[in-house]
Amino acid sequence: MTREGAEAQTAAEASAVLGRRWDVLVVGGGNAALCAAIAARRDGASVLVLEMAPRFYRGGNTRHTRNMRCAHDTATDTLTGPYTEDEFWDDLKRVTQGHTDEELARFMIAQSKDMLGWITEQGVRFQPSLGGTLSLGRTNSFFLGGGRSMLNALYQTAERLGVEVLYDAEVVDLDIADGFFLGAQVKHGGQRHMVRAGALVAAAGGFEANIDWLKEYWGPPAENFLIRGTPYNRGTMLRMLLDKGVKPVGDPTQCHAVAIDARAPKFDGGIITRLDCVVFGIVMNNKAERFYDEGEDFWPKRYAIWGRLVAQQPDQIAYIVFDAKSLTSFMPSLYPPISAATPEELAGKLGLDPQAFAATVANFNASIVPGGSFDHTVLDDCRTEGLTPPKTHWARPIDTAPFYAYPVRPGITFTYLGVRVDREARMQMADGSAAANMFAAGEIMAGNVLGRGYAAGIGMTIGSVFGRCAGTGAARSVRN
Amino acid sequence: MNAHSSPLEEAARLMTVCNSCRYCEGLCAVFPAMEMRRAFSAGDLNYLSNLCHSCGACYFDCQFSPPHEFNVNVPRTLAEVRNDSYAHYAWPRPLAGLFRRNGLVIALITAASVAAFLGGFMAFNDPAVMFGAHAGPGAFFRLMPHNAMVALFGGVFIYALLALFMGLRAFWRDMENGKPLPPDAPSLWQAMKDAGQLRYLDGGGVGCMNADEKPTDNRRLFHHFTFYGFALCFAATSVATLYHYLLGRMSPYPWWDLPVVLGTLGGIGLVIGPAGLFMAKKARDPMMMDDTRRGMDAAFLAMLFGTALTGLALLVVRATPAMGTMLAIHLGFVFGFFLTMPYGKFVHGLYRFAALVRYAKERQQEAHATGE
Repeated sequence: MTREGAEAQTAAEASAVLGRRWDVLVVGGGNAALCAAIAARRDGASVLVLEMAPRFYRGGNTRHTRNMRCAHDTATDTLTGPYTEDEFWDDLKRVTQGHTDEELARFMIAQSKDMLGWITEQGVRFQPSLGGTLSLGRTNSFFLGGGRSMLNALYQTAERLGVEVLYDAEVVDLDIADGFFLGAQVKHGGQRHMVRAGALVAAAGGFEANIDWLKEYWGPPAENFLIRGTPYNRGTMLRMLLDKGVKPVGDPTQCHAVAIDARAPKFDGGIITRLDCVVFGIVMNNKAERFYDEGEDFWPKRYAIWGRLVAQQPDQIAYIVFDAKSLTSFMPSLYPPISAATPEELAGKLGLDPQAFAATVANFNASIVPGGSFDHTVLDDCRTEGLTPPKTHWARPIDTAPFYAYPVRPGITFTYLGVRVDREARMQMADGSAAANMFAAGEIMAGNVLGRGYAAGIGMTIGSVFGRCAGTGAARSVRN
Repeated sequence: MNAHSSPLEEAARLMTVCNSCRYCEGLCAVFPAMEMRRAFSAGDLNYLSNLCHSCGACYFDCQFSPPHEFNVNVPRTLAEVRNDSYAHYAWPRPLAGLFRRNGLVIALITAASVAAFLGGFMAFNDPAVMFGAHAGPGAFFRLMPHNAMVALFGGVFIYALLALFMGLRAFWRDMENGKPLPPDAPSLWQAMKDAGQLRYLDGGGVGCMNADEKPTDNRRLFHHFTFYGFALCFAATSVATLYHYLLGRMSPYPWWDLPVVLGTLGGIGLVIGPAGLFMAKKARDPMMMDDTRRGMDAAFLAMLFGTALTGLALLVVRATPAMGTMLAIHLGFVFGFFLTMPYGKFVHGLYRFAALVRYAKERQQEAHATGE
């Protein structure tokens, strides 16, 4: 078997790799890490990538992504129209409610224009938007074959260029003196190694898979959270960097949470456990009470509030209830809905009080203002009156058997806490100085531009743009 | 998730998973066809499985493929469904069992066929004729009368065509599943282009994935060698038939004559192609393979390879005393090939083509419905 670039196979090979002195050490293995590694290698640096996950799970949450949001001036083969920098900025300002660094954000948006071409040169392929995602066809470029396909292309390019990649390699300690990176202690194959490198790129994701850390802010309810992506984002790099004096950014108590199927696995359930059907029914907690206006705004605009809402309910569980009229109105998901011939029977299957459940349904039905014409593509006039909380749009009686329900729990996508960087992706120290040779990219620094909320595909934009900056910056810092 | 479910049940589960993800939509025809459905009947799944060219891209692109607990393994599951479908649609029904230990069945039939020709040649011919050198037009027919050859091969060929047609008809009806879409010229032409280029054996553009996630176009290349080699051999036989009946020119023909040129080129394709496909099969990631039916694939490749190789050998030795023996062996292979056509991997070409026709029709209809 020929080995272009490399991937150390044996313990001896791995030891040799870890024993060498590298120009640039990249910690992490997702989009941001690979963009950094490729950029640094293309600038002449020797590069080692340390991925904590085993080979199959390489790439963190990039595995679960499907598109990236880049500004562009004209329509292309895969994009239906222009998306200007200003429009991108307006969208970002809106979703973050101003919780963003305008200078960095505008820099990223300007750079994003160049990114589609650059990432294509690294072997990534794009396609028109997927079935069921037409609303993103103009703004977002979809990866042909999805995020893992994108990763496979980046890994092949990196290895062809001679980037060394080590899997199952966890960084457990960092040697940093006055903002200067000296080396990292790495656990691999049951042994600890000290890896020396001229510069560090931290692209190791957030801490959403670290339940104990989440519990610091959320208390015991965090035990009931499901983690949508990789189980390897435990935030060890982030913790170490902050402890070594890097300046934090983003609200540590916040995370992006959506309502996902409660039957999903604890980690890594990905896209197929999402449920797009809140607007078609009503949502009850386990007391069979409604708790929020299900028709407030369009899906997926209000996608992200439901995770938080469910997190605030008893036992962090809720039930989306709808009837036969709506069954095929939304994207299918992994698990079939729970169904029954009557609301009472459905409540029994869900383990809820049948009388209370049926009363909530009946009360909702009775509160609907008659004569509305249902249209889920606009803010229609189907609404309730005299109901608390109201359902302000798309309110149709739940009266056609069979009746259906999806149990939902909060599904955590990512966390906002990160390390402060500048437009070179260079880490900033808590004392106000700039790190000499430490850079960060991806989710670990996303909070710089995305302090709140989310817009589809923006995580990949942050990863690619700042990944390339970090790689270029790291290579440059080694040359100087 | 359920290791004990039947291939059809597992395929139905996977299509539900895939339909709620859709990341692979741009890779091939299977996923867009899946998106046109929400529930999957056996006919639907047999259709989708035959639409799958087993390029492997969706396996390596999938974030849920094994060892992930969702265990999404589309290439393997559809290979199992597809291989089951060959037996399911076999005609006449009692012969469906031939698909069970297909490699062994085909080896036995071929061996018997070769033995019968050798034995027959020796029984009907004087040793001086059997082991003598023959030259000039009609040399082959000194060993076996032309009319006997036509009756035997014509008979078995017509039987094979009938059996193939009946299987194809059953598959088509199942695929329609109450929603008939009669083929028309545009859909047939589209399917011919898709099949002729192996459009869906390219992993969405970079090449198919076989041993690992690094794409390669080898399988497509070797399949082209095989398919076009087969087509050239068929053309050679057709031209020779026309020569015989229209021009009264009897084989063997000189090496530069059209039937020999076509047959030689085709034979070379049929040696290189199946050999390459066999090597690719050996290199393939076993996770993606239906490991209960490898014998069928190997048997079909071996039949093509053996038929071509004995044909080329016959060309080489046709002026020598070995001609009689080689002719018997070659005819034994050809006869065995015809006889087993409806009961082996050969049917994949027909069913896949039919699925492509159906898909072209569905796309037409969809484009019409959305006003594109």
